[in-house]
Amino acid sequence: MKRRTILAGAIALGLATPAFAEDPLKVGFVYVGPIGDGGWTFQHDQGRLAVEEAFGDKVETIYQESVPEGADAERVITQMALQGADIIFTTSFGYMDATNAVAAKFPDVKFEHATGFKREHPNVSTYDARFYEGRAVIGHIAGNMTETNKIGYIASFPIPEVIQGINSAYLHAAKVNPDVEMVVSWVYTWFDPAKEADAARAMIDQGVDVIMQHTDSTAPQAAAAEANENGGRVFTFGQASDMSAFAPVPRVASIIDDWSPYYIKRVGELMDGTYEQTASWGGMPEGEVVIGEITDAVPAEVKAEALAMVEAITAGEYHPFTGPINKQDGTAWLADGEVADDGALATMDFYVEGISGDIPN
Amino acid sequence: MDLGAISPTLLIASLMVAATPILLAALGEMMVEKAGVLNLGVEGMMIMGAVAGFIAAVEGGSPWLGFFTAAMAGAGMALLFGFLTQVLLSNQVATGLALTLFGLGLSALLGQGYVGIKAESLGRVDLGWLSDLPFFGRVVFGHDPIVYLSLVLVAAVWAFLRFSRAGLILRAVGESHDAAHALGYNVLRVRMMAIAFGGACAGLGGAYLSLVRVPQWTEGMTAGAGWIALAIVVFASWRAGRVLIGAYLFGGITVLQLNLQTAGARIPVELLSAAPYLVTILVLVLISSRAGRGGDAPADLGKPFHASA
Amino acid sequence: MIRLERRPTSSKAWGAASPLLAVALTMVAGGLMFAALGKDPFLAIRTIFWDPIFGEFAWYFRGQLLVKAAPLILIAVGLALGFRAGIWNIGAEGQYIIGAICGAAAGLVFYPAETRLIFPMMVVFGALGGFLWAMIPALLKVRFGTNEILVSLMLVYVAENILASAAVSWLRNPDAVGFPGSRNLSQWPAAANLELIEGTGAHWGVMAAVVAVIFAQVMLTRHLIGFQIRLTGAAPRAARFAGVRPARLVVLCLGVAGALAGMAGLFEVAGPAGQISIDFASGYGFTAIIVAFLGRLNPLGIVAAGLLMALTYVGGDNAAGNLGIPGAAISAFQGMLLFFLLAVDVLTNFRVRIGARKVAPFSGGPG
Repeated sequence: MKRRTILAGAIALGLATPAFAEDPLKVGFVYVGPIGDGGWTFQHDQGRLAVEEAFGDKVETIYQESVPEGADAERVITQMALQGADIIFTTSFGYMDATNAVAAKFPDVKFEHATGFKREHPNVSTYDARFYEGRAVIGHIAGNMTETNKIGYIASFPIPEVIQGINSAYLHAAKVNPDVEMVVSWVYTWFDPAKEADAARAMIDQGVDVIMQHTDSTAPQAAAAEANENGGRVFTFGQASDMSAFAPVPRVASIIDDWSPYYIKRVGELMDGTYEQTASWGGMPEGEVVIGEITDAVPAEVKAEALAMVEAITAGEYHPFTGPINKQDGTAWLADGEVADDGALATMDFYVEGISGDIPN
Repeated sequence: MDLGAISPTLLIASLMVAATPILLAALGEMMVEKAGVLNLGVEGMMIMGAVAGFIAAVEGGSPWLGFFTAAMAGAGMALLFGFLTQVLLSNQVATGLALTLFGLGLSALLGQGYVGIKAESLGRVDLGWLSDLPFFGRVVFGHDPIVYLSLVLVAAVWAFLRFSRAGLILRAVGESHDAAHALGYNVLRVRMMAIAFGGACAGLGGAYLSLVRVPQWTEGMTAGAGWIALAIVVFASWRAGRVLIGAYLFGGITVLQLNLQTAGARIPVELLSAAPYLVTILVLVLISSRAGRGGDAPADLGKPFHASA
Repeated sequence: MIRLERRPTSSKAWGAASPLLAVALTMVAGGLMFAALGKDPFLAIRTIFWDPIFGEFAWYFRGQLLVKAAPLILIAVGLALGFRAGIWNIGAEGQYIIGAICGAAAGLVFYPAETRLIFPMMVVFGALGGFLWAMIPALLKVRFGTNEILVSLMLVYVAENILASAAVSWLRNPDAVGFPGSRNLSQWPAAANLELIEGTGAHWGVMAAVVAVIFAQVMLTRHLIGFQIRLTGAAPRAARFAGVRPARLVVLCLGVAGALAGMAGLFEVAGPAGQISIDFASGYGFTAIIVAFLGRLNPLGIVAAGLLMALTYVGGDNAAGNLGIPGAAISAFQGMLLFFLLAVDVLTNFRVRIGARKVAPFSGGPG
């Protein structure tokens, strides 16, 4: 409790910043998986390490791995707040209600919830990344690389973020290769290496030769590598982290979630007193979505086109969802030159024209 | 929907791979249960096998060393269970659950430095012209050695229980430990050996996941496979041949489900993944109503034994 | 050689001392593990066992201990009745899940009505859901003699699949733009399982657990059914002569356990968890089995065991968060605690003798 009284005194003295030089800002992170998952949680932890590196002894970070969503999450977040954390990042959608509930009890602590949409209190901000920007780039590569014209997509749950990715990848693959067919497999897990490997194998067995994934393990990469050792020709893309252990083939590129720019920005703002509640949705321009090294397995001109697309998106000149785009049933969605607004993207629940099959619900 | 895209050859070949970990674990658990012991810690032994096998394969550079270490690690875990339940007479259900909890934790701890790296994998056995045969070449002659080992093990377990004197003693211990003891057999020793064998098999199954099927190490990678192995033993009504069928059926359903989805078939995923368990319950009901009370389960399954009792 | 000799009656002294011995042994072994990980073992042990009860923020964590212990105790009390009679329901996790789904679904039908009648109705449906799910193994056992261990275990996986489908489709919150998970019940006053006294953590589930413990204790020690349960567990054949009807006992024991597990699920989903989500099943049903045994199948013992388990969870999470101990080390630590508790239990019923056996009961080998 001593720390709180010091803080109260500091505020009474008119010091706007909550941190002293000798009293580091305490930054908490709540992770849904183990740091060693090699994907989602691993990347958030990289962001934490980047915060430590950027601010040195001006910050102290604490974290907790594998926190189940629900009652335990609420306790863990409360505990961090009690331990004197000044800002807490909760890095899974399932922490949404718990984060808001704890925020109500600790108005002086800042809460940042990843991928959610509820900001019930002034001290709750949300943040997410425009992964569909990265999907557009790898969709472009996939459309060029496929010979069987079948590209596979291992999908986790039928939520807008995943559906955006499927649509974005398909649109850009079909743009360079109109014959391309998108094979979607819903595995209902973010992380189950055995199941992901099986899904990848089922695709390979049915003639899919480019596999994208929106699940976090490297198992599909390994399955593709095995198929290639036995005379196959299958390409994959790293997801969440670079997965460079599988480069140059089957992994020909990757979509990396880089949370460090956002974490550094927000912690910095809290230090210099410019922090405000936000609903952040950054992408390539903010450096939050990064395309990992495109290997030499990709033809040079395709690689150049992909890099040009990255540049255009980063510069804000190109939006992956630019009309004309029709919905799956043929009805018009975006007119020629029209750009999808964020509200429509955030609630996306349909396939675009050309993808067969239903979204399960 | 394009069901023609599913090749039966590749489907069968990949379901054999998917089923091998649970086949190995279930075969081991069947021996344990035949000796009258219920070890619910299969998941914990599998994951320890997975991590120990992976570490040994990485450090030693040989997948065979990995499989050997995995079997030892599984057996070690099993002996811990055996010591508690057989010597200290703790409750088998509770001890088995504790073993799973302990194994999941310890494996994650040991494997911290081994995430995201690759280990030397097992190649397929090259059987020359046999492997090039249509259909049979891929399904029968196109696998890695462990798939064949698991099949040999099924036959060996079957023959052991059916024809050997040791197998007879094992079954006697499971049916009535008091009678077996009265006949002069060392119940404790027989059960400890069965438990160690079960653990070794579970360890091999775990290592098959981390070294061949996935192949890499990730925390919690068994994801319930140990529990499925327990279900298969019951489904198989404690017979080696039926364990094989059960494992391929369970393994097959996952693979078939993903294949159907990839081919564009619209099937409720939840229903299909619950199907194996419902089928197991049905089988249980059928065998128990046929065989009278208790079904084919070893009569002394799960009961503690102390020589002075 | 060292051998064990069964005591004529279980030792009261060891019965009380053995859990303390186990905790002490775990502290030593766990401390060595934490030291091997480069952490201060004394600080770690203190954070796990002492701070949640007496530390700086104990006012918060004591309540959280109740939140964590209540479902464990509620489920374990029901299970213990069956375990005493030799009826092995190990599928409480499934009954817990189905209870939560039934109760939540029954409430959500009336969303957004504002009457406090909804919560009691949900409790009834939660109990009913768990009861009916437990009736499947019960009736199969009575009718066909099917092994209830295996049927109840299989039904856990069926329940988990039903849970997944509820969370992503038919119970999904229509306002949550496609995200899985039901509406948040704890934020809907008519359905919320509120704290009875603000800040204590004591919600209706804690009350229910207390009532269940007292009820079970009275029933086991004072009522005929309690006697029948104990007799059946100790001597099934004698029980039959004494007029116990085994079929009725199976239905009763599984039914009570199922109903209590279902209620525990409902209290959890309407309170601390808040919603039906894919990850709702947190393993309480399995942990409760361990709690039941640690409490020696005695309702009061179960209270102590439940609180101890809750302490390792809450304290373990704190140690992970504050001291940077890997979560994996905490679950290994819990596993150790359970092993030691189960292992030292032998001292209650057996005496350790050193030396040769005096009289061999049979002429066989030294068993």
